[in-house]
Amino acid sequence: MAHSGINVLFEGTNFARLMGGLWTSVWIAALSLVIGLVLGTLLGLLRTRQNRFVRLLLLLYLEFFRIVPTVVLLFLVYYILPRQFHVNLPATWMAVLAFSLWVSAEFSDIVRGALESVPVHQRETGLALGMNEWQLFRYVLLPQAFRLELPATINLATRVVKTTSLLMMISIMDVINVGQQIIEANNQTYPTGVFWVYGLIFFLYFIVDYPLSRLSKRLTNNH
Amino acid sequence: MAEEVLRVEHLNKFYGDWQVLYDINFKINRGEVVTLLGPSGSGKSTLLRTLNGLEDFQDGSIYFHNKKVEPTHQQWLALRQKIGMVFQSYDLFPNLTVMENILLAPVKVQHRAEETVKKEANELLERVGLADQANSYPRQLSGGQKQRIAIVRALAMHPELMLFDEVTASLDPEMVRGVLNIIKELADRDHMTMIIVTHEMNFAAQIADRVLFLENGKILEETLGKQFFDHPQTKRAAEFLGSMDY
Amino acid sequence: MDWSVISQSLPNFVAGFKLTLWLSFVGIGGAIIVGIISSLLQYFRVPVISRIITAYVELARNTPLLIQLFFLYYAFPVIGWKMSADTAGIIGLIFLGGAYMSEGFLGGFNGVSKSQIESGKALGMNKLQLARYVVFRQGLALSMPALAANVIFLIKETSIFSVIAIPELTNTALDLIGMYYRSNEYLFVLVVAYAIILIPLIIFFDWLERRVRYGTFGD
Repeated sequence: MAHSGINVLFEGTNFARLMGGLWTSVWIAALSLVIGLVLGTLLGLLRTRQNRFVRLLLLLYLEFFRIVPTVVLLFLVYYILPRQFHVNLPATWMAVLAFSLWVSAEFSDIVRGALESVPVHQRETGLALGMNEWQLFRYVLLPQAFRLELPATINLATRVVKTTSLLMMISIMDVINVGQQIIEANNQTYPTGVFWVYGLIFFLYFIVDYPLSRLSKRLTNNH
Repeated sequence: MAEEVLRVEHLNKFYGDWQVLYDINFKINRGEVVTLLGPSGSGKSTLLRTLNGLEDFQDGSIYFHNKKVEPTHQQWLALRQKIGMVFQSYDLFPNLTVMENILLAPVKVQHRAEETVKKEANELLERVGLADQANSYPRQLSGGQKQRIAIVRALAMHPELMLFDEVTASLDPEMVRGVLNIIKELADRDHMTMIIVTHEMNFAAQIADRVLFLENGKILEETLGKQFFDHPQTKRAAEFLGSMDY
Repeated sequence: MDWSVISQSLPNFVAGFKLTLWLSFVGIGGAIIVGIISSLLQYFRVPVISRIITAYVELARNTPLLIQLFFLYYAFPVIGWKMSADTAGIIGLIFLGGAYMSEGFLGGFNGVSKSQIESGKALGMNKLQLARYVVFRQGLALSMPALAANVIFLIKETSIFSVIAIPELTNTALDLIGMYYRSNEYLFVLVVAYAIILIPLIIFFDWLERRVRYGTFGD
């Protein structure tokens, strides 16, 4: 078994490198989610306002992200920022930017849907109690909307995690890119290494996303 | 000399081209109970909702304590703390317990000390016979209980005027009495100033100092309570009372 | 933005466009078939098989398509299963899409109301008749929104095929950018190309959903 492919995972610093790559994926996903959720809440709130122009603008924003595949989004940011606007960011931050905007668009729709499904009477009751718009949002609408939107939000999180697999396409040293390097470097000694490396990465994604999607499903069924 | 709380002058309201309230004039003094009666769609609820800015109006004026209400967002926000309102559909916040429902606005909107409000809330709950439900959630309560809580929630704001919008309309008949008794007690014991929209004619007859009879968005008559039920001045009001069969 | 650059690149994009459409069509068609079969087996809780299908659905839904493609295209040849990039892409899309479709259809079948099923039983239908005339037809209608979302999702996922060098739309754009260093023009055409595919589809599905909801069932 000296040349069993599984050993490729533990040769030298390979495992540590893979974990380092994983960390890159994780923090990009986490940060994009946080920024995207905050921005998305704001946009979602704006989409429930009366102003037609704002609503149309935000609808177009959402539709743009619905139509453009995430890979293409990444490349849009990756090429257009430096060449058009002379903004030179590390690729990781460009990914955070692209993902955050994408998450905010998707989340704005979740927030809008949840806010709109809070009955009109709840809103009026809050008003009759003298609440201002912010208090109404903070104490009446948000807590009720939060429960409604939780499953969809967790679902969105699992998608963001899966989407981090695209980071390698803009040369970010994520877990997949590291994996490819390891496979290439060890191709001679461990021809079956490719199985183990991709197998490990497959498994890593699965153990993050599976519990999340289970949770989301359970919350949905509870409603 | 009675102290005037609210006065409405020449108020007109439109939805687009469609006029829903025509030249509304009335006033209400401290401690008075005014009921708005009239067939469905006569504009009673709309008028009530106009009085605390849930509906806007196109011309005319509203005076609160003789001061003209500028219908701005800020003014309404401040006024709504002094004008309590209870709706037909109770609308407790489903995610909060009874106590949290009551505390929310006094603590967060009026910034009063939570402990004092809580003490008051307990007294009010005691009064409506629901002291043991403070930690229940709305879904655990019956319709009548919810409506009593909604009244307590409005009272906890220390309103100077209370608006009741068909508060018993969606209750089972056996629940109605309990809620009406509370309102009656508010009138008799606390001399609360109240404007009440209701279809409960017996109740209105008992409680109303004055009746405004509305039809098609117009006040057809304004009569003292007792007199309205015994000798309505207009034919329409007489027909209306006849049809109500109370 | 240089329009001559765009017009010169159009033949390449048209080829990529056709390939994206073709791969989507075959992949989504396969995914729908896999999805219907899997969801029915799950719905009727066929012993053992339904558990295997549940495992498949969870695996496919909770891992990225990119890794699934890498497995098919780079890892499988090591154990002797060699396939072309196109085949790997289509199999990958069917694997991923089948799971999503299965989930969607199952949701529809489970959404058929108990009283409908009981009415069917009261009319003397057996399990198969019940499945065919009541559950399947109403369930499919109920799963329309999920089907629409999945179709659009899967078409967008074909952009990931560029990692195994399939010359579909995204890869075409990336190749052109690499060769001529004109990113604005090529990315513009790329976005427009996806819009041409997806906007009519989105409108069509909207229309279809309304029709299924209000047309067939009256309300």
